[in-house]
Amino acid sequence: MTEHHIKLPEGSIERSTTTLNLGPTHPATHGVFQNILELDGERIVSAEQTVGYIHRAFEKLAERRPLYQITPLTDRLNYCSSPINNMGWHLTCEKLLGVKTPKRVDYLRVIIMELARISDHLICNSIVGVDSGAYTGFLYVMQYRELIYEIYEEICGSRLTTNIGRIGGFERNFTNKAFEKLEKFLAEYPDVLREFQNLFSRNRIFMERTMGTGGIAAERALNYGFTGPNLRAAGIDYDVRVHTPYSSYEDFEFTIPVGKSGDNYDRFLVRNDEMWQSLHIIGQAYQKVQQFKGAEAEVFHADVPAYYLPEKKDVYSKMEALIWHFKIIMGETDIPPGEVYQSVEGGNGELGFYLISDGGRTPYRLHFRRPCFIYYQAYSELTKGAMLSDAIITMSSLNLIAGEMDA
Amino acid sequence: MSRPVRFNTTPIVADPKDNISLVGMPAGYSGEGFFATKMSDVVGLARKNSIWPLPFATSCCGIEFMATAASHYDIARFGAERMGFSPRQCDLLMVMGTIAKKMGPILKQVYLQMAEPRWVLAVGACASSGGIFDTYSVLQGIDQVIPVDVYVPGCPPRPEAILDGFMRIQDLIGKESLRRRTSEQYKALLGTYGIQ
Amino acid sequence: MALTNITIKERLIAKFGDQVSGFEEPYGMLTFESPKENNLKVLQFLYDDEELRFQFLTDLCAVHYPGQTGRELAVVYHLHNLVDNIRIRFKVFTDIEKPDVFTATQLYAAANWMERETYDFFGVQFVGHPNLKRILNVDEMDYFPLRKEYPLEDQTRIDKDDEMFARGGSSL
Repeated sequence: MTEHHIKLPEGSIERSTTTLNLGPTHPATHGVFQNILELDGERIVSAEQTVGYIHRAFEKLAERRPLYQITPLTDRLNYCSSPINNMGWHLTCEKLLGVKTPKRVDYLRVIIMELARISDHLICNSIVGVDSGAYTGFLYVMQYRELIYEIYEEICGSRLTTNIGRIGGFERNFTNKAFEKLEKFLAEYPDVLREFQNLFSRNRIFMERTMGTGGIAAERALNYGFTGPNLRAAGIDYDVRVHTPYSSYEDFEFTIPVGKSGDNYDRFLVRNDEMWQSLHIIGQAYQKVQQFKGAEAEVFHADVPAYYLPEKKDVYSKMEALIWHFKIIMGETDIPPGEVYQSVEGGNGELGFYLISDGGRTPYRLHFRRPCFIYYQAYSELTKGAMLSDAIITMSSLNLIAGEMDA
Repeated sequence: MSRPVRFNTTPIVADPKDNISLVGMPAGYSGEGFFATKMSDVVGLARKNSIWPLPFATSCCGIEFMATAASHYDIARFGAERMGFSPRQCDLLMVMGTIAKKMGPILKQVYLQMAEPRWVLAVGACASSGGIFDTYSVLQGIDQVIPVDVYVPGCPPRPEAILDGFMRIQDLIGKESLRRRTSEQYKALLGTYGIQ
Repeated sequence: MALTNITIKERLIAKFGDQVSGFEEPYGMLTFESPKENNLKVLQFLYDDEELRFQFLTDLCAVHYPGQTGRELAVVYHLHNLVDNIRIRFKVFTDIEKPDVFTATQLYAAANWMERETYDFFGVQFVGHPNLKRILNVDEMDYFPLRKEYPLEDQTRIDKDDEMFARGGSSL
């Protein structure tokens, strides 16, 4: 609890602090959260955060909806990389229901998730650039985000809140057009990323603004529950894809980039390196997918008619398929009772789903372990003693997505 | 099994020398060295092609707005080059994203700080009606707290849809009467929201 | 020797005896419970022990079971041992009349906001928390919305017709 107008010791610029309200509507707060800063001149003495300006009661909503209707809710958690949230939710349901997905589905899922990760890191890094004054990087990479959106559109029809996939796989096979666009992306994007990196990584102004600001020690980061690129920038190589592999991530070779001091510059570099690793993973996954030939290349879902909508021609001709179709659409499928915790490596860290089912048609309790919410607590410690402009850069380099923070 | 594509099978290739559209002149009477038209037409023409929007982006629609403002869809060619973040300097309040009850008073405060003439564009299902979030904490549409001019449905609306909404606002601005903001009807409208 | 669920269970029973109970392994994650007075002792033991080393708090949430009198609110801790890569789930049950649970903020700084969220949604009072006030809902809210007895929708809204949304409406 911060007091306002704190008395300052001798030698400070002012006699008592100035209170500055940053947010919730502010160009620098990407998403709605508020910081009440106590300033001594330009130095921050303390910061108090207020969140909840976009609290949409996801957890209460989920108790009302059958499993498939919760996927659109998960889209809106970290909306910059919604396929990862969707896949995480489907993995949770598959764990609860005991569904095993075929390898081709896993590899396709990996492609989509890594594309989503690239899309999320692009937003974060280009916005760090915009906040430090460099608008060009943002405009330049948004072109390639549009290409990623086109790939999503080929598969599921929508750009941003994708609602992609189903329990057991995907709703349709990836078309040749989708693979063409993926190849175009793999061919053109590395040069773009290299150019984007060259704009910032050794840029004197950018380095001076981001090095040494907003840093956190590794032990403090762990204690604060940091995960994802922010934790890896502090030096701990914890990545859910490696520690508890899901969706056949163990079949891929990739490294986990790790920083040293956890400051803004390290976070920027870690995210850039993760984009390179994601490209590497997508390339491997694409090769693996192309090795499936003939009938295997047509597999895009697991054979679980109880949870995966049967094909329309079966619904019109077979009785069981009609019953499954009806039950799934009306949300009356039998979910076994139990509690399960599944986590995926989201754009910001470990996105966890804690699902308790009591055998009814909707979850009894669904809790989202949201990484943004957990690490935003540390913001007051990260900005203690920093200048006001550093606080702005710290806020955007932490990649705070308000939808995930408030849920 | 996907259906064959029926529309837009031969898309037009952009030709910078040919496809440049100019803003049309308002109807009027012209002669050598003069052009007479209605004041409201001229003022409307000037205002609608140089709107300074205030992007009030709260959630997912904000990311689609960023895509609209980026170079692919480019809202700047409609005159919205300068995105202001100060309500005192902006004409159009674009509310993009869910407004929770906690945020409602802040939205109203931002609207009150804007100077007349001001317009409001509600982008997305959440701003129009609460969207998919029919819960205790979400404001079911921003028209509960501020008067809205154009609603853009979608979750999130495609950038083309946001541009379409923007063009409708431009139509409204172009045809607006100069006396609207001081009229009894407008004051009554604001009165229903508790704004003097 | 790798750390397994059996080893963890044995160490816990060896240290706490019958204070820990309800051992289950749903989907491979060891789950157990303890009376709410012991929650800090168990967490501290899991943190400090050289073999167990559960030094990462993954998640803290609550569940409302209105049917179980005397044990309505469950506070669930998900802990993670990053070195040996094991997760466990630890539950404490509390009465809804007096939902006081000791705070874990001294041990894990991450618990600060997670406990505030749990208080906001369920009304669990965390004893010793530095700043226990509402975090996600409006400050003036006077009830705890995620408890089962409260409805999802805002009852004062006039534009959404419950009957059209198949929720019974005025006829029921």
